[in-house]
Amino acid sequence: MSLTAFATLLERLAFTPQRLGKERLLADAFTRMPDPERGLMLAALTGDLKLRQVTPSLLRGLTEMRADAQLFSYSYDFVGDLAETIALIWPEGTRTDPPLSEVVHELATAPKTRLPALITARLDSLGPSERYAYLKLATGALRVGVSARLARTAFAAWANLPLPQVEEIWHALQPPYLDLFAWASGSPRPEAAARAPFRPVMLSTPTDLDQLSALDPADFAAEWKWDGIRIQAVSDGGTRRLYSRTGEDISTAFPDVVDLMAFDGTLDGELLVRRDDEIASFADLQQRLNRKTVTPAMLRSHPAGLRLYDVLIWNGQDLRDEPYDARRAVLAQAVATLNPRIDLSPDLPFATWDDLAALRLNPPAAVIEGVMIKRRDSPYLAGRMKGPWFKWKRDPHLIDAVLMYAQRGHGKRSGYYSDFTFGVWNGDDLVPVGKAYFGFTDAELKDLDRFVRTNTIERFGVVRSVARTKVVEVAFEGLNRSSRHKSGVAMRFPRINRIRDDKPAVEADHLSTLQAMLTN
Amino acid sequence: MARPPLLIPRPEGLYCPGGDFFIDPARPVARALITHGHSDHARPGHGAVMATRETLDIMAIRYGEDFTRSRHIADGAITIGGVTVSFHPAGHILGSAQIAVTGGGCRIVVSGDYARVPTPTCARFEPVPCDIFVTEATFALPVFRHPPPETEIARLLASVAAFPDRSHLIGAYALGKAQRLIAALRQAGWDAPIYIHGALHQLCDYHVAQGINLGDLRPATEGKKADFAGTIVIAPPSAFATAWAQRFPDPVIGFASGWMQVRARARQRGVELPLILSDHVDWPALTATITELDPAEVWITHGREDALMRWCEMTQRAARPLHLVGYEDDAE
Repeated sequence: MSLTAFATLLERLAFTPQRLGKERLLADAFTRMPDPERGLMLAALTGDLKLRQVTPSLLRGLTEMRADAQLFSYSYDFVGDLAETIALIWPEGTRTDPPLSEVVHELATAPKTRLPALITARLDSLGPSERYAYLKLATGALRVGVSARLARTAFAAWANLPLPQVEEIWHALQPPYLDLFAWASGSPRPEAAARAPFRPVMLSTPTDLDQLSALDPADFAAEWKWDGIRIQAVSDGGTRRLYSRTGEDISTAFPDVVDLMAFDGTLDGELLVRRDDEIASFADLQQRLNRKTVTPAMLRSHPAGLRLYDVLIWNGQDLRDEPYDARRAVLAQAVATLNPRIDLSPDLPFATWDDLAALRLNPPAAVIEGVMIKRRDSPYLAGRMKGPWFKWKRDPHLIDAVLMYAQRGHGKRSGYYSDFTFGVWNGDDLVPVGKAYFGFTDAELKDLDRFVRTNTIERFGVVRSVARTKVVEVAFEGLNRSSRHKSGVAMRFPRINRIRDDKPAVEADHLSTLQAMLTN
Repeated sequence: MARPPLLIPRPEGLYCPGGDFFIDPARPVARALITHGHSDHARPGHGAVMATRETLDIMAIRYGEDFTRSRHIADGAITIGGVTVSFHPAGHILGSAQIAVTGGGCRIVVSGDYARVPTPTCARFEPVPCDIFVTEATFALPVFRHPPPETEIARLLASVAAFPDRSHLIGAYALGKAQRLIAALRQAGWDAPIYIHGALHQLCDYHVAQGINLGDLRPATEGKKADFAGTIVIAPPSAFATAWAQRFPDPVIGFASGWMQVRARARQRGVELPLILSDHVDWPALTATITELDPAEVWITHGREDALMRWCEMTQRAARPLHLVGYEDDAE
């Protein structure tokens, strides 16, 4: 498959609205394309083609050698997608059509110092839609309207294989997936050759009291929803791995946890920073994330541990088809043999949904963000299906804030003013306390966009300062102290809950309200 | 005492004190000169209107015969008060004109909306030497390099061939774009009937009456669902959200617009087949036009002023944004 064919496929996938239509396009590509191209194409769509050396800032730098930096910035602001902006703004040159495998290979193997010259030469010799496809490949963020799961589903349907079996071995496979395609054409199923493989995780759907009232509480168990990172801890014949719920191996960032994993099995739980009996806030855990190495000082000040929810495999026995209650019984026994820094997420006793509602309203720790509700007879299933597991999150915090600045959005919001900075009163001044770019409905987005366009009082490059008249209700999950923000606070997961056109700006909240929440 | 400037921006629009008229005013005024018939430039209710014969006809079709009290066909050089005005083809839509205003040794050309890609539906843009060139900036970003219309028409025809059981529903604004699209399809050899939405009838008829060949056009209300398999249907984009679109078999939704170059725009509109077909200058044509005319000053009416200002700064040209209100940013 040539890069042009890949670019055409991306284009058709992006503009085909129906799921079935996308699956048809992919099936057609799997049939027509040879190895290893089709495997590379699949890996590109599932995000498993790791060409992470190519950063947005590198690409920006290269583009600014070919186009005026300011015109580039205006263009990016308008287009809303970096790869597309560069593809469109890059000067036209000669057009070649290299094989997909050739460009992937050179991006994967080129030393970092040679990348700038390599990428520039490629961009100089491609047409605009090939430049787009090339840049999407290079940055690894395809965003073409096909999720990793949809790509795997399309593969399974095309190969006439059960999707759970494909999902099961997925994380042990490597692009270009020659063994996977061989399986599709009749060869035996590839063994999950690697030790300590990741198993697809079971996920929950949101619920509320209304929905729950239709269910019998006796059929369900409940536990706290801990605000850490959902993980899968696998120890298999001496190989230990800690995975995020998407299957990313995060072992190297948490050597202290890996040290504790003296067992043989696959466990499901929450990664938390724990100081003695106290579970630290998510902000503390954040300090430990995304680090290639972790210092001894950090290990001492931010020690991590696990709180377990479930067991998938124990001492060689696959328990996933067992009911939840039976798995929990195994888990309770297993935990007793482990270091106390790995413990069990306790069961919550309740007889009625109102009992559980009362518990949810008064959690014993700030690091709890609601309750999980799990059907006692449910097997451990891959994916997010409605019915067996529910999450009932605590209500968000709400404040009324005044819109201060706006920027155009990216991706599907491009062209709309959809990134908002809002503030609260501090004396007679408004001080910015956060940014939000979702939460609103499409109709509310149009209203906000129109407000920004007609109430701009000043422009700073791509940022518009707006008249301080629009009040929005902001919902957020938590508040941290911050030295980086002028207000001294940073919100977690802020979003615009609704527009408060009924409220004049003077009646918006004051900074003191937020400061009071910090001390709680 | 300094002479008053030849043209000045006012809240109503661009005003000429020497001739006491406005060009493309956004509100009703006593005397208006109109560049072309699009509704954000040509509004009803002015006391007197001067425009090309076609633009006056189009305004009468859209607003009724009483859209103004007094019509004046622009023909040759005309003296109004102390200034001389003349109209020159802008290549945008049928009847579209640039308006040259000359007085006191200075000439300003107000180009309105303009395009450099030739189309059978209107006269080609005529470069008029001037001291001040007043330009739009609708597609004034270097990312806008519109492909030749022939390649876009070829994509449409390839899609029609690939999906013979489906109809192709192409959104195109009723005045100008729809006829540009139909004429381009005819030039590419598509001589099957083209079905059009009711909102296009009168304007298409008017183009035909002006001698423009649009071939076999039929109302999209004729016939049963299955009859539309393999056909091309053209409608204003607003029609797609209505029940009207349900009469066609599994339609491929397309949209003919210069904005279709940006994927997110196409996806926001739910477009399956984006066709990059514009009746405005793209970035290369816009900058080439300014370079060609080489005016002492560039004034920018609407669109992406920031980027065009930046280009003028880089090429050492005097430029100013007019910040005129009332022109649509995104309609094309």
